[in-house]
Amino acid sequence: MTATAEQVEREIGRDRRRKEDQRLITGRTRWTDNLTLPGMLHLAMVRSPFAHATITSIDTSAAKAAPNVVGVFSGADFGEELGVCINAWPITPDQVTPAHSPMPSDRVAFAGEIVAVVVARSAAEARDAAELVDVEYDELPAALDLKEAAADTVLAHPDLGTNKSALWVFDSAEAGTGTPVEDAIAKARADGIVIEREYRQQRLIPAFMEPRSVVVDPTGEQYVMYSATQIPHILRFALAATTGVPESKIRVIAPDVGGGFGGKLQVTPEEWIAWAVGRRLGKPVKYTETRSESLLSAHHGRDQWQKLTLSAEKDGTVTGLKVELLADLGAYVAIVGGGVPVLGAFMFNAIYKFPAYHFAVQTVLTNKTWTDAYRGAGRPEATYAIERLMDELAVEVGVDPLAIREKNWIKHEEFPFTTVAGLEYDSGNYEAATARAKEMIGYDELRAEQMARRASGDPVQLGIGLSTFTEMCGLAPSRVLGTLDYGAGGWEHASVRMLATGKVEVVTGASAHGQGHETAFSQIVADRLGVPFEDVEVLHGDTQVAPKGLDTYGSRSLVVGGEALVKAADKVVDKARPIAAHLLEASPDDIEFANGRFSVRGTDQGMAIAEVALATFAAHNLPDGVEPSLDSDATYDPVNFNFPHGTHICAMEVDTETGALKMRKYVCCDDIGNIINPLIVSGQVHGGLVQGIAQALWEEAVYDDSGTLVSGSFVDYLLPTAADTISFDIDHTTSPSLTNTLGTKGVGEAGTIASTPAVVNAVVDAVRHLGVNDVQMPCTPERVWRAIQDGGSGGATTADAVPHFEEGAGA
Amino acid sequence: MTRITLTVDGAQVADDVEPRMLLVQYLRERLGKTGTVIGCDTSNCGACTVHLNGSSVKSCNVLAVQADGAEVTTIEGLAQNGTLHPVQEAFRECHGLQCGFCTPGMIMQSVDLLKENPNPSEEEIRLGLEGNLCRCTGYHNIVRAVQHAASTSGGAS
Repeated sequence: MTATAEQVEREIGRDRRRKEDQRLITGRTRWTDNLTLPGMLHLAMVRSPFAHATITSIDTSAAKAAPNVVGVFSGADFGEELGVCINAWPITPDQVTPAHSPMPSDRVAFAGEIVAVVVARSAAEARDAAELVDVEYDELPAALDLKEAAADTVLAHPDLGTNKSALWVFDSAEAGTGTPVEDAIAKARADGIVIEREYRQQRLIPAFMEPRSVVVDPTGEQYVMYSATQIPHILRFALAATTGVPESKIRVIAPDVGGGFGGKLQVTPEEWIAWAVGRRLGKPVKYTETRSESLLSAHHGRDQWQKLTLSAEKDGTVTGLKVELLADLGAYVAIVGGGVPVLGAFMFNAIYKFPAYHFAVQTVLTNKTWTDAYRGAGRPEATYAIERLMDELAVEVGVDPLAIREKNWIKHEEFPFTTVAGLEYDSGNYEAATARAKEMIGYDELRAEQMARRASGDPVQLGIGLSTFTEMCGLAPSRVLGTLDYGAGGWEHASVRMLATGKVEVVTGASAHGQGHETAFSQIVADRLGVPFEDVEVLHGDTQVAPKGLDTYGSRSLVVGGEALVKAADKVVDKARPIAAHLLEASPDDIEFANGRFSVRGTDQGMAIAEVALATFAAHNLPDGVEPSLDSDATYDPVNFNFPHGTHICAMEVDTETGALKMRKYVCCDDIGNIINPLIVSGQVHGGLVQGIAQALWEEAVYDDSGTLVSGSFVDYLLPTAADTISFDIDHTTSPSLTNTLGTKGVGEAGTIASTPAVVNAVVDAVRHLGVNDVQMPCTPERVWRAIQDGGSGGATTADAVPHFEEGAGA
Repeated sequence: MTRITLTVDGAQVADDVEPRMLLVQYLRERLGKTGTVIGCDTSNCGACTVHLNGSSVKSCNVLAVQADGAEVTTIEGLAQNGTLHPVQEAFRECHGLQCGFCTPGMIMQSVDLLKENPNPSEEEIRLGLEGNLCRCTGYHNIVRAVQHAASTSGGAS
């Protein structure tokens, strides 16, 4: 490298301001609901108020007669053209999967299910007329409680004969990755430590800020669907596979999409109904949900009971972990569905060297909103369980929770490390991240303050909560997905197009919905091709522009999609090299490429890649047999997951007289490998933290005993505000991933995965000396207070929205 | 139908509207001002925040007829002569947005907050933005953006 070359400022690692922002801060955004097409009609959905009922009649006559109503349809009005909503991941060969019509005509299985659709010239008129659709129901008993549903006391789908959908098991002894867990537990019962706990992962709602919206345009040669989706490519495939329209006649566009968090990783009844109505009428149609409809019918997340048994030697060395989960699927098996807890199956052992491991999840159907991926998808549940258990083990052994972790974690010199769940962790340094996090929060001083407060009997006690998490991300090696019976692969596609003017178009199959791909991907390509950041245009989210892709979820865009970009960019250079050599009258072997310039080794002769692009476009003087194009594609299939990790520490003040919580400080040191854009990374971490903290403290989707979602608006579902939250102190250590060129690891879900147990550990730590060893999430002041008073975990959430209105209550 | 006449982002407009039409619906559906968005139906999220006669309002909480004779500024009218408002600049500078859906409302509320309190503390910023929900940023960088705007514009907005 010459001195000149070193002076070229690298894009990777720069805190570039985002290219996306100009349109977003000036209101020039293209949300799906902003679209208006000529002759466009509007849809309103008629939804079941009952969790489980037979539909006896649907009278649409009054609605049809309402002003400017064009049509009213129920399921019976459509045949197979309506299609079905698919489950792409049957987790066992014998999984029980109810048929899922987008608009059933005989029976509804959750409150909020669509039974009819009204089409009118305006959205307001459609909604008015929807009120006039008269649906008669015969109410059926509803399966609501997860444990009761697992016992088949009431059936969510009587024709299936059971609520139990699938039992998926991993056993380290059977897999050959470890020893039998029952032996370890038996030994520990005799002469060691056994920790047995049951934790609740409450039901959550992703609650992306942009309500879902879909526009279907059936005019023209291709049917076009615009949708606020994370997965335009998968959506296109599913439309083709289930509605009989050839894939080549379908174009799906995800315009600007306002957040997803897994909540827009779905193929929805609303999309399928809009598709059918648009095709039937031959006119563009639009459906945009209200927030209440979104909370009611867009898929929910988490909702598990976790039965956990950890065995250890007396000194705290872990010997075995047994995990038995019940997972609530809701009324239908969603696109990933039971795959969500399976994604957690490999992560309960986390960073610790368990010799024996057993995991089993029973997925269960209920008459509630379906569940699917929500930020972290399976891994937050796993991290919560193990990080809570490690605190319990520390108490049992009588050591600091950091000491018990250090005793059991994989040492940095032990990488690569094959875990008891069969994964190979390529890199990491738990010692370094933990040391930094301790320093950031002033760990020893906090412990001293905690002791002082306990000694003085201060009504405000201090808790310190830890989470030394890891996760698997970068979904996913296709072969692994194949062995797990997932319906698709995990590759990603990219194209790099060299325009005649020297500009570069980058096409990616990843589909951003707020992450900042346009910026980060521009940085990667700018470095790789040596072109200005501003000259790179990133295109995505339209299957006619980006025809191949598997979209954005599972912290995959950078680590899989970014790697595809690197490979496509490298192919451009490879194609340009012989052309540059020809133009420079040199041998290709003597051509060097650096900083965007092809030069002849040992001379000052050279030309910029943009010049080669122009010469290739003109094609006047190319070597014989060389095609006049530098454009290149690459499809990259990852060889492994990657494993970000980090140490999160939360300091929480708990008012023992009222149960009120005050987060004093939260620090984290995450190791996500090499960082492309630290500004974007900080945003991902902050946002992730608050979503994880919100599970710990505030959010819960609550149903009453008739199956009505009582947290069905933003009045009732507690999304945190700026006033509820604090500023964070974040930092990074760097152990580059060894399985991709850029050395990156995913960051989109890390904050959410790590923070929930850190916060609950802090709450419990503050009041443990008062006899508390668990507080059920969300740790509301009431629940914390009850736990202090009663010594339990604070009790279940009451389903009554306003219990004090009931007779005798509050007396 | 009721006749209303008002000024929106500097342009005078007049329309016949249903009395039940919300200001946000009027802005989006009649004027094509889709920069202002709808995020909820209970006036919790604040995504639809605009300025009505110079003060922030949630435009889902105002009827179009109530804006008769008023001056309305939306996110689309905040930049002047191609120059971004300091709060817009600050949101970009501090990465105060990700998906951007809450951003129009968040920016309009922040402008109003700084007008009333040019040098707010972090606590005052957090309380001042309590009526605007964001799901992406965790608010950390939004708070930084408001602080940055306060410092770069000398508190004035």
